[in-house]
Amino acid sequence: MTAPAHQIKRGVSLYSFQEEYFLRTMSVEDCIRVAGEVGARGIELIPEQMIPGFPAVSDEFVESWFSWMERYGTTPVATDLFLDTKLHPGRWLSQEEQVASVCRDVDIAVRLGATVVRAIINTPPEVMEESAPYAEEQGVRLLLEVHAPFHYEHPWILQHLEVMHRTGSPALGLMPDMGTYVERFPRVVSERALRDGAKPELVDLVVSTYDDHGDTHALMDVVNYRGGGPVDFGLARQATHYIWSEPKAMLEHMPLIGHIQAKFYEMTEDEVEYSIPYDRIVPVLVEGGFDGYLSSEYEGNRHIQDVHPVDSVEQVRRQHAMFARLLGETTGEDA
Amino acid sequence: MFDKYIVCEEGFRTLDDGRTGGVVEVRMPYYRGLALSMVEAVDLVVDGRPVPAARTTFTVHGNTYRFDQLPRTTDDRWEMGERAQLAFETDEPLAAGEHDVAVAVRLRISYMPVPGGGRDAKRLTLAAQEI
Repeated sequence: MTAPAHQIKRGVSLYSFQEEYFLRTMSVEDCIRVAGEVGARGIELIPEQMIPGFPAVSDEFVESWFSWMERYGTTPVATDLFLDTKLHPGRWLSQEEQVASVCRDVDIAVRLGATVVRAIINTPPEVMEESAPYAEEQGVRLLLEVHAPFHYEHPWILQHLEVMHRTGSPALGLMPDMGTYVERFPRVVSERALRDGAKPELVDLVVSTYDDHGDTHALMDVVNYRGGGPVDFGLARQATHYIWSEPKAMLEHMPLIGHIQAKFYEMTEDEVEYSIPYDRIVPVLVEGGFDGYLSSEYEGNRHIQDVHPVDSVEQVRRQHAMFARLLGETTGEDA
Repeated sequence: MFDKYIVCEEGFRTLDDGRTGGVVEVRMPYYRGLALSMVEAVDLVVDGRPVPAARTTFTVHGNTYRFDQLPRTTDDRWEMGERAQLAFETDEPLAAGEHDVAVAVRLRISYMPVPGGGRDAKRLTLAAQEI
């Protein structure tokens, strides 16, 4: 099997190792080393997650950061910003303060050598617009994450697209999260609900409604009518928060797409994602001429940590084996 | 998401400043650090009895705060996975042996319409008294 020529690169968001980092069984350096070992070349970091003392970033950290990149053959690609509009109790951050927060995080990206900044989904379009000139000046692209349950026809995204197209700013763009392509309900989530005491018949209802791509709007209500409790409601809510849409919808927006958050919940032993059809996503990216990073974002830990130790390293390794296969880096079955 | 890790199994001890009470180490159930102004509550229940927030203090990396100071504290953070010390006063000295400790953390997460956080409960053994 040979994939068509493409310029897609593989990366890892260190978010993927949140379980191990939280428990201090892996350091930031360990995360970067592992990324390098699975063949990823691009590193994405959440500064607020792994830089103690944020928003201060010490010279010592920066020095270590670049030395790790060199040692493990990796390169900084992206940082993820948050926008704490509710920083103060009782009042919202003003637009000026929001823009200042974004610009502060652009500065951090620059210090870390990243040229892409993930703007979190709650970043208002007007804040993106006002921050764009500064980002452009700093040589950084501010990419709005398109995260479930949002999609390209949603009014919130349309408002952002309006800003991007009207201003034509080269600093603005999109960062699709592949959690918008959940074709079937992640079983790690439904199995966890069962362990937490969900009613099997209600779990079946939620999962089958989702998998049939049925109407999930009133699922929480129906689960309530059928005698569900908090765990059942939680599962039903999840079903309204995942979405499936046609990956080809990205094609129209490809000029704006600068980075992909390759969300995943479970890589099976066969090196496929249980709920997200990467074998139909990657060809769309190739077709659209995407030339950025497919950046792993493992998020299954929270659903399995109650029953067995989380092995994020193995999960990321499997996802990269899949990417290598889908990107034609390996010769596949004919090797 | 990290609820089961909120209450640390290690480090449960009595206060060492002459007051009656104890210290339990707690972690934030979230995947990044947060400014303390967004930590709305760290509610503690010891052996079934709620401890009023006014009788607790909160220490991150050596900095100690009363809970009524947290809303204004935007320049210090509870880092991801960091073990904070939740110190609490009790009327009676804590007896040696096991105690039921329950902690509920409430966080103000800007992109979420509902409060974030989580809860955890563990039976902890009081560390041997230091002399």
